[in-house]
Amino acid sequence: MPLTYISTTTASGSASLDITSGIDSTYNEYQFHMVNIHPATDSTAFGFQFNADGGSGFNETITSTIFKAEHNEGDSGTGLGYHTASDQGNGTAYQRVSYDMEIDSDEAYSGILTLYAPSSTTYVKHFVAKGNYIHHSGKYSQNTYVAGYINTTSAIDEISFKMESGNIDAGSIHMYGVG
Amino acid sequence: MALTLISTHTASADSSIDITSGITSTYDSYEFHMVNMHPANNNVNFTFQVNADGQSGFNETITSTSFRAYLKEDGTGGTLGYDGGADQAEGTAYQRILSTGTGSDNDQCVSGVMTLFAPASTTYVKHFTAVGNGTDHGEYEVTSYMGGYINVTAAIDEISFKFDSGNIDAGTIKMFGVS
Repeated sequence: MPLTYISTTTASGSASLDITSGIDSTYNEYQFHMVNIHPATDSTAFGFQFNADGGSGFNETITSTIFKAEHNEGDSGTGLGYHTASDQGNGTAYQRVSYDMEIDSDEAYSGILTLYAPSSTTYVKHFVAKGNYIHHSGKYSQNTYVAGYINTTSAIDEISFKMESGNIDAGSIHMYGVG
Repeated sequence: MALTLISTHTASADSSIDITSGITSTYDSYEFHMVNMHPANNNVNFTFQVNADGQSGFNETITSTSFRAYLKEDGTGGTLGYDGGADQAEGTAYQRILSTGTGSDNDQCVSGVMTLFAPASTTYVKHFTAVGNGTDHGEYEVTSYMGGYINVTAAIDEISFKFDSGNIDAGTIKMFGVS
């Protein structure tokens, strides 16, 4: 599977990381590798949204699911379950890949988001993401799995990543084309 | 090509596969593709541990989660659930990658991919995720999902893979850098 590097976007006290070029019909699939995404604000969520070609604003309609496995450092809690507060039913919010993130200086989110056929003008756009981070309450390792679709047949050519509250203190997002 | 093959390690009745070079700051994440890992003993688990730069022994502190879906070959017993026997809470044991007691029949093995994020960071803990599929000794097909973090800010530069009992009879691990 050829994986071709396209760009890196690095946060430094950034309100968002917006990738506004490089998503086109060149590749049928794109991957976004999110590495050590660290929030400036405690107990917030990290997520993404899209903009359709010719549209304005990161506010496309998304229907999604999210579930997670969790286990704390104290070995007193484990779980596997759906997280209703982080899904969307034709919503236009930023789609969460994490929530209630810990802000300690050595803690961050890392994961991979795959976006399928963003340039299609026939189909909705599917995505899947998996990652790991530390929950702010009780030092839980949170392994999240997100999937869904952008409910538009317009081409998607921009993506934005941000925290629900506060800046992205640090972290990098590497964009690759697949194929 | 942003997925760069760094090294290939082939087992032949080895107690472990230790990768002691090639994990550096060159890449922001690493993928380990484990293909047809076949145990010498029946009903054993495939695992990994890491060593921090300048330290000795594969014994870093890990907090992790594990869940799995499985189905018996006769079509019964389909289940999805958390596996409390495969996680760790600040443990230093080898971490199960594939949550199944792999069978040692000639055609039984496990395969999967693990991603290790930013091992060279000296700021953050090191997150990892893995998904794999194996043939359980009880004739179950098992798909495992694992995530967690190495709870150390020191750089990680070595990794070890082994079954929790007996040798790795055969199998190949390919290490890739993602850049």
